Amino acid sequence: MPLIEARDVYGGYGGMNILNGVDMSLEADEVGVIVGPNGAGKSTLLKAVFGLLHVNQGDILLHGKPIQNLPPHQLVERGMGFVPQEKNVFPSLTVQENLEMGAFLKPQNVKRMLGQVYEFFPPLQEKRHQPAGELSGGQRQMVAMGRALMAEPSLLLLDEPTAGLSPLYMNEIFDRVKHINAAGVGILMVEQNAKQALAIADKGFVLAAGQNRFTDTGAALLADPDVAKSFLGG
Amino acid sequence: MADSNYTPQDATPRASRLPLREICLFGALLITIVGVYAAMGAAYSTRMLVEAACYAVLALGLTIQWGYAGQFNAGVMGFVALGGVSAMLFSVPVNDAFWNSELPAELGKVLLYAIGATLLVVAATKLTRLGVPKRVRTVFAVLLAIVLYMVVISLLRDVTADIESQADFVGGLGLPPWLGWIFGGALAGVVGYFIGHVCLGLRSDYLAIATLGIAEIIKAFLKNSDWLTRGTATVSPLPWPTPGPAELGFTLSRAIYLSLTAVIIAGIFFLLHQAYHAPWGRMIRAIRDNEISSAAMGKDINKRRLEIFVLGCILMGIGGGMLASFNSLFDPNGYLPLNHTFLVLVMVILGGPGNNLGTIFGAVAVYIIWIMSEPLALYLMDLAVAFGAFAFDWQAPANIDSRALQARVLVIGVLVTLVLRFAPKGLLPERVRHHD
Amino acid sequence: MNELVFFVNNVVIAGSVTGAIYAIGAIGVTLIFSIMRFAHFAHADMMTFGAFMVLVLTTAFPGIGMGIGVPTAIVMLPIAMLLTALLAVGIDKTFYKPLRAHGVKPIVMVIASLGVTLILQGLIRLFAGTGGQGLYVDDRKAIFRMLPFEDVRVPIVITEPQVYLFGITLLAVIALHLFLSRSRLGKAMRAMSDNPELAQASGINTNTIVAVTWVIAGGLAAIAGTLLSLDVTFKPDLSFFLLLPIFAAAIVGGVGHPYGAVAGGFVVGFAETLAVFNWAVLLRPFRDSLPTWLELPSNLAFVGTEYKIVVPFFILVAILVWRPTGIFKGKVI
Repeated sequence: MPLIEARDVYGGYGGMNILNGVDMSLEADEVGVIVGPNGAGKSTLLKAVFGLLHVNQGDILLHGKPIQNLPPHQLVERGMGFVPQEKNVFPSLTVQENLEMGAFLKPQNVKRMLGQVYEFFPPLQEKRHQPAGELSGGQRQMVAMGRALMAEPSLLLLDEPTAGLSPLYMNEIFDRVKHINAAGVGILMVEQNAKQALAIADKGFVLAAGQNRFTDTGAALLADPDVAKSFLGG
Repeated sequence: MADSNYTPQDATPRASRLPLREICLFGALLITIVGVYAAMGAAYSTRMLVEAACYAVLALGLTIQWGYAGQFNAGVMGFVALGGVSAMLFSVPVNDAFWNSELPAELGKVLLYAIGATLLVVAATKLTRLGVPKRVRTVFAVLLAIVLYMVVISLLRDVTADIESQADFVGGLGLPPWLGWIFGGALAGVVGYFIGHVCLGLRSDYLAIATLGIAEIIKAFLKNSDWLTRGTATVSPLPWPTPGPAELGFTLSRAIYLSLTAVIIAGIFFLLHQAYHAPWGRMIRAIRDNEISSAAMGKDINKRRLEIFVLGCILMGIGGGMLASFNSLFDPNGYLPLNHTFLVLVMVILGGPGNNLGTIFGAVAVYIIWIMSEPLALYLMDLAVAFGAFAFDWQAPANIDSRALQARVLVIGVLVTLVLRFAPKGLLPERVRHHD
Repeated sequence: MNELVFFVNNVVIAGSVTGAIYAIGAIGVTLIFSIMRFAHFAHADMMTFGAFMVLVLTTAFPGIGMGIGVPTAIVMLPIAMLLTALLAVGIDKTFYKPLRAHGVKPIVMVIASLGVTLILQGLIRLFAGTGGQGLYVDDRKAIFRMLPFEDVRVPIVITEPQVYLFGITLLAVIALHLFLSRSRLGKAMRAMSDNPELAQASGINTNTIVAVTWVIAGGLAAIAGTLLSLDVTFKPDLSFFLLLPIFAAAIVGGVGHPYGAVAGGFVVGFAETLAVFNWAVLLRPFRDSLPTWLELPSNLAFVGTEYKIVVPFFILVAILVWRPTGIFKGKVI
């Protein structure tokens, strides 16, 4: 049974569909990457999975159970973590408090998970008493991912985790994503840096105009000349 | 906000749509008015209609602020009071005891001192140009302002005390009341300009807080400036611009006053209608409905907002003048947030914010309910007391009558809540046509 | 020295009293603003309601305090806090929640809160009448007079309710601080004030946080209203004169900033007392050494007591012009 599956999903804002029949499926322990041109509906798909926008038609299944249009906090309870692209930390809370908020529904986990998150992101440990708003962009991304991991999700959704980061931090973040995945967390992310993202992807979904254009393994998509020509800038 | 009330019949051209709703509502209103005339007599009912008409002007002022532009003015009372005091000062007879004494000269001197002091402080703030460090300048300017303020206020206290003891108060100008109405509108507009200038660039909550405050300050000023307004001693009678009851009797004179207010409302209504459909009105609504995109189109949002806010305040000032003249009494203590702010608010949101016709309907309808609720509340209270005495041998508190009137606070509060919840667009919603 | 004592009585003590009440009120306003993003105009009436509950309870059981040597009103305060908290949650459920669910603009919430103001005022006046009533029903209001300096005739005067006021304010602020910085719900409240969408995405149940906010705001409102009514008298129309200073305090401190609200409360409280203080009193001892051409007026107050309300307004406008985020940089505008 796939970890997460979207079947022929239509959805959008205010009755207008941005997604026009998208299919997506990811096994546990896999990294899935959604790429495509601007306006293709990449982030929209991610938000639809996390219940942040209305699904008008089709099914979204987590562990085989339909979850479309459930409120976000119920999805967190069911093992989903979401890292938005922007405004993804609580700026006036300290790093540690940010992380604690991630485990709001599982307070008994806080101690154990804090240790794990600090293992994934060592820089956060020394800054743990600093307000998250004072951190650099890359460190803030780490706080955001750490916060989502605190709830021990089986699936982590990342919306453009490397947007606006320097190449150095970008590699660091991709590296962390691989580590997290190796620890048994399924990952579904939207990325602008398609080549690097597909390089670590088990599955890639190329979207255009709210529909699937290509779906394959990351390596296969990278090797596909059509994909390269249309979507990866040659 | 506008998008959500977009329904198909709104889009049909106006000509083909019979304004059934308007006809029904106004028909019902007319029947009610006739009923009130039959029950309460012509003089009483005409007075009620004149007051309702004055309130309609206030409500039109609020509907352009709240309905056209989404600005919430929680201090209508203050602007109404400004109109009232202006009407009083223009129309009341000249006070010879004041003008034949030294006092006007003294008052003028204090005024000159005040102007001089202001200029000095402004000059002090420009000291940086002479090479004075900024910090030193600020400290100096603040200290200077404090000292000069103390000097001027002490002089003013002396003069005003003299005026109160020697001449009662400054008296009026003996001019026609309508000049006072216009000046009252201008005065309210100036105050509105300052408030709007400070608050309109910020969240709308701040405007509500600031207007609430300015209204209380205006009232405190008018109440305690005995030299200007006789304070709690009140000024009466205020002359009418039309022949008074002494000449024509209550009903006829009030009817003439009513026709004057009707003409004024018609004029305001026509001008507002023109403005609403002019590019200016479209721009205002565009700003209200989508601030970000209209800002992106390069519209000077804050200037437009200020214009509309000041315009609303001017109407409130004019309406306040009309109301004070009609009551023939200026009593600063009579200005109450409930009667002059919240009542107007209920009129606007019940009638239909942004819809002038709806607002006028709301003003008249709510005012009738308001006036009629007084005898009704007393009657119900008496009934309750009688029942209590009969059933439980209950001794009613002595001040039951005044408590019954407090119940009207409750009624207005409940009305605000219900309308916001169940008819947020009012009984006659603003008609949004998307093809313009 | 007499003049100095006069200054202490009329500015230091009076300013602290007003400041403390404004501070407690402003904390509630600022918390509501940071969680629900609207200026809650009915807050002052929740204060009146709290005081009214104490009045009712104290009138019903006037003798209770005697046994433990505390004014009965103070004994009843926790119950009144609970009742006011319940009222606040109830008001939210009935009046604000449906509007929030509709996604109305914040200004509509402001108008709704004005409707609630009127309803509360109407109800309180209906039951309490319009006159003033003391909260000391059976107890005697103790007044402490201190003569700290020799050969000074005028004592420093502080009353029993003022002592309670300072003590309870301190307690409330410390408790709030611990709640916000240590407890899970308190941190979640700060998180929601920072970023409501992310709070929801973290699994924080925003309805719970909203309810907690109302409980705290209601409890604090009951404290402020009761202590104010203890210090002077209970009046149903207390609220309108409190609203402006409390909002000014919250904005001065930076909206959404509880500690700022405390500071703002004292700023506004002291500004008020300083503005109505007659400075001529302090200059009087130097009268003989002043040059003869300078005749000191007998009244050197900035504004008369009747214009007290000008002070918070002036502060409000000044802060909006120069620093709309408040002295401590509020998060949300």
